[in-house]
Amino acid sequence: MFLNMRAGEGIEVEGLARVFKDVRAVDGIDLSIRPGEIYGFLGPNGAGKSTTVHMLTTLLPPTSGRATVAGYDVVREGAKVRSVIGAALQEAALDPFLTGREHLRLQASLHSIHGEQRTQLMGKLLDRVGLTFAADRKVRTYSGGMKRRLDLALALIHDPAILFLDEPTTGLDPQSRTALWEEVARLAREEGVTVFLTTQYLEEADVLADRVGIIDHGHIVAEGTPAQLKAEIGKPTVEVVPEQPQELERLRGLLARFGTETASRPGAHAVQLDGHGALPEVIRALDLEGLRAEQINLHQPTLDDVFLAKTGRSLEGAESE
Amino acid sequence: MRVFATQVVLIAQRSFIRTFRQPGVWIPPLLFPLMLMAVNSNGLRAATHLPGFPTNSFLDFFLPFSFMQGALFASAIAGTDLARDIDTGFLNRLALTPVRGSALLLGQIGGAVGLGAVQAVVYLFVGLIAGVHVDAGAAGALLILVLAVLIAVGFGTLGLWLGLRTGSGEGVQAQFPLLFFTLFISSMNLPRNLIEVGWFRDIATVNPVSYFIEALRSLIIEGWNAEALLLGFGLVLGLIAVAMALAARQLKVRMART
Repeated sequence: MFLNMRAGEGIEVEGLARVFKDVRAVDGIDLSIRPGEIYGFLGPNGAGKSTTVHMLTTLLPPTSGRATVAGYDVVREGAKVRSVIGAALQEAALDPFLTGREHLRLQASLHSIHGEQRTQLMGKLLDRVGLTFAADRKVRTYSGGMKRRLDLALALIHDPAILFLDEPTTGLDPQSRTALWEEVARLAREEGVTVFLTTQYLEEADVLADRVGIIDHGHIVAEGTPAQLKAEIGKPTVEVVPEQPQELERLRGLLARFGTETASRPGAHAVQLDGHGALPEVIRALDLEGLRAEQINLHQPTLDDVFLAKTGRSLEGAESE
Repeated sequence: MRVFATQVVLIAQRSFIRTFRQPGVWIPPLLFPLMLMAVNSNGLRAATHLPGFPTNSFLDFFLPFSFMQGALFASAIAGTDLARDIDTGFLNRLALTPVRGSALLLGQIGGAVGLGAVQAVVYLFVGLIAGVHVDAGAAGALLILVLAVLIAVGFGTLGLWLGLRTGSGEGVQAQFPLLFFTLFISSMNLPRNLIEVGWFRDIATVNPVSYFIEALRSLIIEGWNAEALLLGFGLVLGLIAVAMALAARQLKVRMART
C-alpha cells in the first residue's frame, strides 16, 4: 500500500460549532492533530463526539467555525476531504445481504479502483483484518467483531491518509477489541495514518491514543497525552506492606523520602510520589535498607480521575445530554 | 460520464442483488397479483355481461391490475430498502465515497426497474398462458412491458422519496396503504363509463392510475388506441419527473454532505 499524498497534513479545527435547534451539540472547539498521530476523543454519550466526526468527515455542515482535514477545508472542499479520509462510523453500516467481498468490491469501485488492483487490494485487506475465511459469506452471518473488522477494511480501501473511527469497539468482546487496537496502532505506526478515534472507554484512549481530548457538553475540557492529563490531576501513589509488621515505622521513614504520606490500608504505608522518586527507586531503597516487602502496589491516576476533576462527574456511566 | 454510468450500475447492481437475496421480499409481490388475477377473473366474470363492457374476457380486462399492483410493491420495496440504508448508516457510507447523488437515485431506481421488469414478464407470461389475447400483437405486448416497467419506475421513485422523507422502513410501510388506495379508486374493476356512483367516477377520472391501467388495457382489448397510450405514457413520464424531483430534493436534505 502506498502512503497517501496528503499524509503530510493533519487536522486543524478552530471554533467549530454545531447547533441543533436549541442544543449546542459542539460548542466552538479547537483541535490540532499532527499527521500520524492517534488522537483519542473521549467523552460520555451525547458529549458531541459523533457530531464532531460528522462535521470533520463532511457529512454535516458546521454551524460556525472552520476545520481543515489533510489541508482541505471541510465546507468548501468536501469532495477533496472525502478522497483522503476513511471512516468507520458509530455502527458498522453494512448490508446484511451482501458478502464481505461484495462490500469491498462496491466500495473500491465507487472509489474508481478496478481490475487487478482492486482484486489484490481486496485480498490484502481481507487478510489483514482476518476475514479471508468469511469473505464470501453474507454479512448477516458475521459476529459483531467481524462486522467491525470489515468496516475497518472498507474504510481503508482507498488508502486514506486520515482515518476516523467513531466508537469502533463499542459492544465488542475483549479479544476483538484488542485485535482492533493492534490494527489501529499498526496503521499509525507503520503506515503513518492519522487516526481520530472517539471512544467512551478510558482504557481504549489510554492504550491507543498519543493524545487525548476530553469533550463534555460540546466543550473540550482537557487535552494532552494520557500521562500529562493524569499528571495534572495527581502523581501516582505507592503503597508498601512490610513482610514484618514491626517494620512499619522504619518503612514510614524510608518512604517519606519519596513523597507525601497518604491514606493506606491497615498494616501498610503509602505515599503520593512527589516526582523525584519513581517506583524502581523505591524498590532499590527498600533493598538497600534490607526492608523486605510482602506487597508493593502502584496506583496510577486514571483518565476517569481527570474527567472527574474537570467536570465533577465520573465518566463511567455519565450521559452528557 | 463514464464514471457516473459506472456508479449508477454499481448501485443498481447492489439494489438488485439485495432484493433478490430476500425471497420474502420479492416472491409475495410476484404471486399475490397473480392470485388476485385468478380469483377476480373468475369471480367477477359476470361484469362482462354489462352493456357497454369492452370485452367478454374479464381476464383480459383485469390483467393490467397485476402490473399496477406489482408497481406498488416495487415502490414499497425501493422505499423500505433506502430507508433501511438511512437507518443503518449505509447511506452515510455511500456519501463518503465519490458517488454522485443523482447516480445514487438512478441506481436505486435501477433496482426497481429490474424487479418491475421481472414482474411484468411473469404477469404477461402467466396471463398469456391463462388465455389473455393481446389485440395489439407482439409489438403491443412489448409496449405493455415497457409501460409496466415505467410505471414501476414511477412508483419506485415515489417510494424512494418516501424512504428519504421518513428515514424508516416502518414509515414507508405506513404510507403504502395510501398508494394502494389510489389503485382502488381508479378504473381497475370497471371502465369509467360504467361506474354509476358519480363521486367515484369523478375521482377515477382525475386519478392518473386510471390512465395507466387504461393504456395497458387498450393494448390488450382494443389494439392501438393513440389517445389512451399518449395519456398513459405522458402521465407516467410526468409521475417519474415529479417523483424524481421530490426524491432529489429530499436526498439533498438527507445527504447533507458539504
